[in-house]
Amino acid sequence: MTSMPRISRRNFIIGTAAVGGGLALGLRLPFGPGVVRAADGSPEINAWVVIRPDDTVVIRVARSEMGQGTITGLAQLVAEELECNWSKVTYEYPTPGQSVKRKRVWGDFSTGGSRGIRMSNEYVRQGGAAARIMLVQAAANQWGVPAAECSAANSVITHRPSGRTVTYGRVAEAAAKLPAPDPKSIKLKDPKSWKLAGQSVKRLDTMDKLTGKQVYGFDLKLPGMLNAAIRDCPVFGGKLKSFNAGKVARMKGVKKVVRVGDSAVAVVADTWWHAKTALDALPVVWDEGPNAKVSSASIAAVLKAGLDAEQAFVGNQAGNANAAIASAPSKIEAVYSYPFQNHACMEPMNATARYTPDKCEVWVPTQDGEASFAALLAASGLPADKCEVYKINLGGGFGRRGAFQDYVTQAVQIAKQMPGTPVKLLWSREEDMLHGHYHPIMQCKLTGAFDASNNLTALHVRLSGQSILAAVRPHIVEKDKGRDPLVFQGLATSGEHAFGYTFPNLLIDHAMRNTHVPPGFWRGVNINQNAIFMECFMDELADAAGQDPLEFRRRFMAKHPRNLGVLNAVAERIGWSKPAPKGVYRGLAHMKAFNSYVAAAAEISVQDRGKVKIHRIVAATDPGYAVNPAQIERQIAGSFVYGLSALFQQECTVKNGRIVEENFDTYNSMRIAQMPKVECIVMPTGGTVWGGIGEPTICVAAPAVLNAFFRATNRRIRTIPLKNHGIELV
Amino acid sequence: MVKLTINGKSHQIDVESSTPLLWVIREQVGLTGTKYGCGIAQCGACTVHIDGKAVRSCALPVSAAAGKRITTIEGLAAGGVLHKVQKAWLDHEVPQCGYCQAGMIMAVAALLAEKPRPTDADINAGITNICRCGTFQQVREAIHAAAKA
Repeated sequence: MTSMPRISRRNFIIGTAAVGGGLALGLRLPFGPGVVRAADGSPEINAWVVIRPDDTVVIRVARSEMGQGTITGLAQLVAEELECNWSKVTYEYPTPGQSVKRKRVWGDFSTGGSRGIRMSNEYVRQGGAAARIMLVQAAANQWGVPAAECSAANSVITHRPSGRTVTYGRVAEAAAKLPAPDPKSIKLKDPKSWKLAGQSVKRLDTMDKLTGKQVYGFDLKLPGMLNAAIRDCPVFGGKLKSFNAGKVARMKGVKKVVRVGDSAVAVVADTWWHAKTALDALPVVWDEGPNAKVSSASIAAVLKAGLDAEQAFVGNQAGNANAAIASAPSKIEAVYSYPFQNHACMEPMNATARYTPDKCEVWVPTQDGEASFAALLAASGLPADKCEVYKINLGGGFGRRGAFQDYVTQAVQIAKQMPGTPVKLLWSREEDMLHGHYHPIMQCKLTGAFDASNNLTALHVRLSGQSILAAVRPHIVEKDKGRDPLVFQGLATSGEHAFGYTFPNLLIDHAMRNTHVPPGFWRGVNINQNAIFMECFMDELADAAGQDPLEFRRRFMAKHPRNLGVLNAVAERIGWSKPAPKGVYRGLAHMKAFNSYVAAAAEISVQDRGKVKIHRIVAATDPGYAVNPAQIERQIAGSFVYGLSALFQQECTVKNGRIVEENFDTYNSMRIAQMPKVECIVMPTGGTVWGGIGEPTICVAAPAVLNAFFRATNRRIRTIPLKNHGIELV
Repeated sequence: MVKLTINGKSHQIDVESSTPLLWVIREQVGLTGTKYGCGIAQCGACTVHIDGKAVRSCALPVSAAAGKRITTIEGLAAGGVLHKVQKAWLDHEVPQCGYCQAGMIMAVAALLAEKPRPTDADINAGITNICRCGTFQQVREAIHAAAKA
């Protein structure tokens, strides 16, 4: 084990003490041959499982917990195979630096794209199974019996012929010295025989969230720590020209005013309030650049031109849609649009950094510890073995804290100017609103053609707007000859975002129109707008054909049985075949996203033309496998809060090159009074592929409600958010 | 110098009187359970009790709280026993990310002190905190459960 990482005891103590213990794990040099130890000296059976002498099982979770329940779900999967006592399970995060040193033994840290459980289920279950095999072997060795005569349950190993037993804690030390079994020899349980996975066990991380004890990124305290408030040029792409530090140098608590990169300035002070107060008083001159001329109207005009542009990237096609539309006896056309939106995590962006030429450390609430680590390496200029990231709990993520690590870069840039002093950078809400990576802006023109008997013969979906990947992962776009494949989520030919219909003539294409406003992965990503465009237009097509929206959809879904399964489930539960209560109107929508199939049916009523009351929403999801149904239901109910807030209330508009909405007074979010009753149908149908949970359902919230709104009012709303139409959720 | 009584303990604090109570609680007193979300009393993440009433501390100058009885999330569980709202939150597994929940719990505890058996309409009128994870369905269930406890 000479390849073991050399992480000093001192660094580990600082790391864990800072976050209240248990969150960052440290590794000591091995005590005995072949044994890797956790911080408290307990033996590591393998990278996923540490067992303490008192039988406590520590399960390592590389993905980040931001409320979605991934810690509990992944621990359930490890524990299922480990056959341990669930009441003695706890968890910890490995650090990205350790993972790098151990050849990425924990795999991917990225916690976006609803992939926390679905993309790591297999290797974490194998980790649990491998640890169980080693523990059983250790007991068998101790007893001098064949391992095949022993079995494990509830953290106890039993030698069946003799009835002898031993607990995991007693053999952990010996098990840790055994070689790991060949992964190919490990047979995982059939999910049908699961006892713990698949159950709605309680979350492992609730208690500290009730008492104020849970430490989030911006709660962090380090000895000698200072606080920083920052202002980046409000115009994206603009630069910092100058600032007059002398004006604020004598303000209370101020320690230093620093340039951050080429576009931002920060005040470092004893407290954050002092830093912010001084920053507000700091005279700053910006070089706003040419983007200062851009407005929402100028962006909309660029996108509008794309709706009829000749050049476009094809995402999905069948037959010859253009020819079929040109020769059709009748057709309908509609244009929809979706705005920029901010993630608006409850906890604004923050990171804490300490820099010396020998070591740079960052404490950060992150959805991707490795992305934070990469940002730290780049900003510090130090090699990987001199850097470390400690993940702290997130006050919301929603895609803002994964691919984008701008706050880490800034924190390191500030800390480098004050070597040895830990500096906590916290963005104000206003800074957070003005410097997002926004939900991409998109317009869409849909054209449907009918034959003389009112049969739909062709559909053209023309998207025009922003590409996230062109901004964030340009190499993917380059490899695809300029096309962004992600823009077709929910409309794609195949894969985890496959289209849920088959039409004889189909063309779905994208005129890429990028803006200076940086786009990002916003919970659900491109399915949000695509579900509105497609599922609302399906209702428009059904009306044009004089058919019931459900019946009309079903005609094109014969080859999409799992889409149909969830759609039928919500239709049945909402009572689609029977009339709605008087004054109540229904709408529905479905989509495949992140390898899950989701559908929603809404019942609403509308007063005074625009006061919408949602009485009930039924939501179905088929994720293949359901690890913790109670947590899935919470994610689904919460998806309606995120999705309906976006539908009714949220838009980031652009004026003079910058975002106008700076806080929750102009960028509102749903409250409990507006929360509809959500009934969840969790209906996993197995298969070889696991689907995600955190994101898919968001996209069906808006079209289900918009379709019901049309039934109620005969008004077809095609631009989001509804507040711009005088429509509010009550 | 401002004199504050927080969770039954008195503090003499050298701070400008215009500083929002939230930042004094967090940075001078060192209790970080109370959260910053907006700074303009919109989201409720900073909710504390002042003389038993729910107050958004991010937009309240510390001078306005001087001499009054302040309770933060850390002081809600008297003698280490969970408050009935915390207990209901645990039983119903309300929190997701949990960041807004300290403020939510404080708002609900104050509502129940005033209206021990709130109707849904009382809840709608009295609880206006933002939760971006969207825990409202569980929040409502847990409020009714706490009211019955």
